[in-house]
Amino acid sequence: MNHSISLTVNGARRDFVLDDPRVTLLDLLRERLHLTGTKKGCDRGQCGACTIHVDGKRINSCLALAISHDGADILTIEGIARGDQLHPVQAAFIAHDGFQCGFCTPGQIMSAIGMMQEAQAGSDPERIRECMSGNLCRCGAYAGIVDAVLEAQAGADESNQRRSA
Amino acid sequence: MPELNLTSAPAHLRHGSNIGQPLTRRDGVLKVKGQATYAADNHPPGMLFAVMAVSSIAHGRVTSLDVTAAKRHPGVVDVMTPDHKPQLAIDPEIKTNPFVFRMEVLQSNEVRYANQPIAVVIAETLEAATEGTVLLAPRYETLPALVGLDADDSYVPPVVGVGNPAEHHRGDVEAGLASADKRIDAIYETPPQYHNAMEPHAIVAAWNGDSLQIDMPTQGLMLSLARVAELFGIPHDKIHIRSPFLGGGFGSKGLMAGPPVLGIMAAKLVGRPVKLVLRREQMYGPVGHRAPTRQRLRIGTDAEGRLIALDHHARTVSSTFDDFYEPAADASHTLYAAPAIRTSHDAVRVNTGTPLFMRAPGEATGSIALESAIDEMAFACGMDPLAFRLKNYAEVEPITGKPFSSKALRACYDEGAARFGWAKRTLQPRQMRDDSGLLVGWGMGTATFPALMFQAEARAVLRRDGSGAMEIGAHDMGQGGWTALAQIAADAVALDIDRVTFKAGTSDLPDAGIAGGSAHTATAGAAIHSAGAAVIAKLADLATNDERSPLFGAGNAGVIARDGRLVRRDDESRSESYTDILARAGLAEVEARGTGAPNPAAMEEYAMHAHGAVFAEVKVDPELGQIRVTRMVGAFAAGRIVNPHLVKSQLFGGMIWGMSFALHEEAITDRRSGRIMNANLGEYHIPVNADVPPLDVITVEEHDPHVNALGIKGVGEIGITGSAGAVANAVWHATGVRVRRFPIRIEELLTQL
Amino acid sequence: MKQFDYVRPATVKEAIAAAAQPGAAYLAAGTNLLDLMKGNVSRPDRLVDVTHLDGLDRIDRLGDGSLRIGTLVSNADLAHDVEFAKAYPAVAEALLSGASAQLRNAATVGGNLLQRTRCAYFYDTASRCNKREPGSGCDARDGENRTHAVLGWSESCIAMHPSDFCVPLVALDAIVEVEGRGGRREIPFDELHRLPGNTPERETVLEPGDLIVAVRLPAAARGFAAHARYLKVRERTSYAFAIVSAAAALRIENGKIADARLALGGVAAKPWRARPAEEVLKGVSPTADAFQEAAWRALTDAKPSGNNAYKIELARRIVARALTLAAAGTPARIPALPASPFASSGAIHA
Repeated sequence: MNHSISLTVNGARRDFVLDDPRVTLLDLLRERLHLTGTKKGCDRGQCGACTIHVDGKRINSCLALAISHDGADILTIEGIARGDQLHPVQAAFIAHDGFQCGFCTPGQIMSAIGMMQEAQAGSDPERIRECMSGNLCRCGAYAGIVDAVLEAQAGADESNQRRSA
Repeated sequence: MPELNLTSAPAHLRHGSNIGQPLTRRDGVLKVKGQATYAADNHPPGMLFAVMAVSSIAHGRVTSLDVTAAKRHPGVVDVMTPDHKPQLAIDPEIKTNPFVFRMEVLQSNEVRYANQPIAVVIAETLEAATEGTVLLAPRYETLPALVGLDADDSYVPPVVGVGNPAEHHRGDVEAGLASADKRIDAIYETPPQYHNAMEPHAIVAAWNGDSLQIDMPTQGLMLSLARVAELFGIPHDKIHIRSPFLGGGFGSKGLMAGPPVLGIMAAKLVGRPVKLVLRREQMYGPVGHRAPTRQRLRIGTDAEGRLIALDHHARTVSSTFDDFYEPAADASHTLYAAPAIRTSHDAVRVNTGTPLFMRAPGEATGSIALESAIDEMAFACGMDPLAFRLKNYAEVEPITGKPFSSKALRACYDEGAARFGWAKRTLQPRQMRDDSGLLVGWGMGTATFPALMFQAEARAVLRRDGSGAMEIGAHDMGQGGWTALAQIAADAVALDIDRVTFKAGTSDLPDAGIAGGSAHTATAGAAIHSAGAAVIAKLADLATNDERSPLFGAGNAGVIARDGRLVRRDDESRSESYTDILARAGLAEVEARGTGAPNPAAMEEYAMHAHGAVFAEVKVDPELGQIRVTRMVGAFAAGRIVNPHLVKSQLFGGMIWGMSFALHEEAITDRRSGRIMNANLGEYHIPVNADVPPLDVITVEEHDPHVNALGIKGVGEIGITGSAGAVANAVWHATGVRVRRFPIRIEELLTQL
Repeated sequence: MKQFDYVRPATVKEAIAAAAQPGAAYLAAGTNLLDLMKGNVSRPDRLVDVTHLDGLDRIDRLGDGSLRIGTLVSNADLAHDVEFAKAYPAVAEALLSGASAQLRNAATVGGNLLQRTRCAYFYDTASRCNKREPGSGCDARDGENRTHAVLGWSESCIAMHPSDFCVPLVALDAIVEVEGRGGRREIPFDELHRLPGNTPERETVLEPGDLIVAVRLPAAARGFAAHARYLKVRERTSYAFAIVSAAAALRIENGKIADARLALGGVAAKPWRARPAEEVLKGVSPTADAFQEAAWRALTDAKPSGNNAYKIELARRIVARALTLAAAGTPARIPALPASPFASSGAIHA
C-alpha cells in the first residue's frame, strides 16, 4: 500500500509517495532523498550518529518511522550552514578538533545545536558532557566537542546580550 | 622514473614551516557539513541493497535456508547462498601471504562462529533485503561450541602478533625469582573487545564488464586491491577502490574481510551495483576483534626495589580455522630493566571469528597487566610507583640490550608527574577522599609503542604555474592524514600548503602501505619527503646545468628549495623560482617518485619506541562501588610532531580507549551457545561524553635521527598503553581493592569495599 | 522488519478498535517498539499510530490538585516542565537519568511505561525465552545473568523492567488512565505491571486494545517534594540502564518521618514498591540506622536468580543512600549528572 506524506526538509517542502511504511526517517533521508550527511552507526538508538531535528527537537532518526512523521519539519546537517557560512557550532568543531574520523560528527553537531536550544546545559561543562552523552564517538574526540560547545555557547550568549542591550 | 631513497638527512633543515604547525583539519569543512563521502554514502544508478544473513550458532552447519520465502517478499531480487553465487578465482581458504586471513564467502555451509555470514539477500530496497534475511529462517545442525580461555587443550602458537616468536627470554628468570627479596605472582584477565568503529563496514561495488569500482573504507588500499584481484581473477588495473574517508578503523579495516567480498560477489551475481553495509551486531564476528587473555606475571626484586626477574605469560585464543595471536606478553620486552626477562604465550582455539589487530594489539592487553603488576610490586617494596619505575628505568632495551634510538621517557615522567601533582600522593591506598566523601585514588602507568615503518611510494609534481602536487594512496581514518601528510608534502616540495594539491585515498595512486602500527604518517611521510626531494633534485638538475640560470654550476647538492624557489646554499642572493626554471626548460611540469621504507641497519642497531607516562585520578563511591575517572594527564615522547593539534586529539582518543579498557568495554559471550550477548552499542559499553573527564596531554620534544628521515614515531596507539594501567592502579589506590579482571566491575569492588 | 499495515486512527475509539485485533500494536514514538521490530523480537502485523491523536499531549492540573500527564507527552517535555519538576522532583530526576537527550525528546510517557525488558536472551531471538515465546524455556536462568532480577522472579523468567521513570511513579501512587473496549478505567500504578510467574509473556494487566491515555499523580504526592530523590547505579556515567536504582520520598514533620515512599528499579520484572520498608520509616527520626533498617526490610525477599547476588547488597546500599539523600533535601536544581552518585564533587584531601 502506498502512503502519501509530506515533509519539510531543510526548509523545502517535499511530497512523496512512500511504498513501504517500514522506512525510517534515517533511511528515507539517506537512501531515498540522498541526503547522506546523516549517518547510520547502530540503527538502534544507541549511538546518536543519526541525530536530526524534528519539529525543532533533536531525535534519533533511526527509531522514527517516516510515515508517522507526516507533516514534520526536518532539519539535517545539510541544512545548518548558509552556503559557505558555517554555523558557529560547525566552525567551533573545526577550531577545537571536535572530531577525528568525522563519522559521528553530523550527529554531534545536530545534537549540540539541539542542546543549546534546549537551554538546559548553559556553559557548565559537566552539564554539556551529560547532555551530549547520547552521541558516541569512538575516536574519543569528547574533549574537543565540549570545548567547541563551550565556545559556541559563549558566542550565542554574547550575541544575545548584544541583542538585549 | 628515477627513485630516490633518502636516508636520515635531517629533513627539518631543508623544510619550510608547514610541519609542526597546529593546522586544523583540511577535511574539516566537509566533515562538519556532512559532505565528506563515506563508502555507504554512495548510490550509483541502478544500485541494489544487499544484507547479510548471519549464523545464530557458533559451530555446525546450515542445513536449510528458505530461499523461496525470502524471494517471495516484494522487492527481493536474489538470494546468494553457497549453492547460488559467482565462482571465485581462488579458494578463499588459501593463505597466499601472511596478511591474508581466511574468510567466509559462502564457500560452504559450515559455520565456525556466531554472526558468520551464511547468505546474502539482494533487493530493491534496504527494508526488503533486511526482512529477506529473516524470512530465510535458517536451520542448523549444531555442534558444541568452544568458548573461553579454557575451551580446549592449549598449544604454543608458531608466532604471535606479526611474526614474533611466542617465547623470548634473556637471563635466568627462575633463578632470579628464587633469589628475589620480594616477589609477586598475579593473574590478570582481559576480555574480548570489538573495534566498533562508528562507521560500520560497508561496500558499494559496481561491475562494468570486467572492471570493478569499489567504495569501501580501508586502511590498506593496495592490500585490499590485491586481495580482490586474486579472489576475482582480474588484473589490478581493472579495479578502482575509493576510500577517501574512513569512519574509524582501529585495525578492523586493514585487511580484506569477508563481508565486502560478499558485496562484490552480490554485484556480480545480479549484474547491478550493490551496497552492502554491516548491521552493528554483524560487526561482532567477521571483521576481527581483540582476543581475550589471561596473563600471569611473576616479578621479583632485590631488597632495594631493583627488578631481578620478570616473567610474563599470556594465554589467548584464536579461531578454529586461522591464526592470529594477541602478543600480550611482549609488552614486557621494553620498559623495565630486569636482568632476567621471559615472555611466553599459549593459546586455545575457540569458535569465534579470527582475532585481529585492534588499536595497540598486544601492547594494550599486555600493558594493563604489566602496569598493574609493576604497581603491585612497587607497593610490595614500599615504594612510590613512580620512584619504583625510575629505579628500574631501562637505559637500553631490556630484552635485546640494544640502545634506544631516542627515549625521553624520563622527561615524560617528570613533566607528567609535575602537571598532575603526583608528589602529593599517599603511598597507602584508601587514604584520600574528596569533600563529598568519595574515595580518591591516583594511579600511573608507563606507555610504550614501537616506532614502526612499512613501505610506501609517493609521486610529486611541480608545475610551471608555481603549484605542486603530491599523490599517494594514503588513508585518513581520523588520524588526520589529509592534513598531516599534506603538511609534509608542502615541506617536501618547499611550497605553501595551499599551493600543493594533495591527492590520497584511492587505489590508482602510489601504494602508501597500510594505515596501521602507528606507522602511517612516518611511512607515507617518508615517501612524500623522498618524492619531494626527488622532484626538487630534477628541478635542480635543470637549473644547475643551464648556464642561463643564476644557479648554474651550483650542483644538485648546492641548492636548497624554499618557498617555490631554488636557492644557492653558498650565496642566498642567487635563486630562481620553480616557474622560471620550468618555463625556460619548456616544461609544463616535472615529476618524480620516492619511497619510504624501514632502515634495516638502523633497526639492527637501535631499539625504536615511543614512550609516555599517564597519570589518572579516579573517584569511587565507597558504598556503591561506582567508579568515575576525574582527571588524566598523559606525557608522551613520540619523536617529531607533525601537527600538534591532531596529535593531541589522537592521544586523547588513546587515553579514552585506555580508560575504556580498564572500566568499560567487554564482549559477553554465552558460554553455552558461543553467541555474543551484547553485540550492540547499548550494552557493549564504550565511554560516553559524561565518562570523559578533563584530559591533559603533554608532548615531550624528542629528536630521533634514526627512526626515519622525518624523525616521526607515531601516536595512534600509544595513548591506550599506560592509560589502562593508570586507571586500574588509581582504582586500587582509591579503594585498596586490587581487581585483576578487566573491565573492573562494580561487584568486584562492592563486596570488598 | 516484518511488513505491516499502517493505521492512523482519527479518534481514540478508532484506535482501540484497530489495536484490539490480533497482531496489532500501538505505535507512539517507537523508540522501543522499532528497536524490537528491527531485532525481530516484535513482529506486529499492524501498527496503530496514536501520535496524531488530539489531546493526549497535555499536562493538566486537575481540580483535586492532582496532575494529569497525557500519554503522548515526551519524557523531555515532562522533565523540563517547571511546575512538574518542582512538585515531583524525583520523577523529573528519574526521567533525566534515562536514555539520552535524543531519546527523551522522542519517547512518550505511555511508551516508557510499556517498554520491554533489556534481557539479552529476550532480545536474542535464537535463545529460548518464555517471555518472547511462551513455553520455550529461559536461557537467562543459567546464562549471562549478572544484571537480572533479584526480586519477584520465577523459574520461567528472571528479566527486569528497565524503566527509570516508573520507579518514582510507583512510589508516589500514580494512577494509570486506560481506555479500552469497555470504556475508561483507572489502574493503580503498582498493579499495572505483573510479575512473571508462569506467564512472563503477560507483562501488564492491559487487555488487547487498551490504550494508556494518561498518568495521574495524586495531590498527596506533592507532599514529598521537599525530600525526594532518585538514585541510579549504572556501568557508565550516562546512557546506560540501571543495574539498580531507587526512588525515595519522605515527608518530614517536626524532625520525624511522617510518611515515606520507596521503590526500586532494575531488580524485578516490575518497578518494585518496597512497602515493608516504608512502614519501618513511618514515625521515626530520619537517621542512618533507620535507613539501614529500611534497606534490609526492602530486600528481605530478595534472592539471586543467577550470578547476581551482589545486586541485593547493592540495592540495600542504594536504598540507604537514596533515603539519606532524600532526607537531606531535594536540591534546588536537578544535578548535572541526574541520579548519579557523582552528582556533586568536592575538593580532595588525604
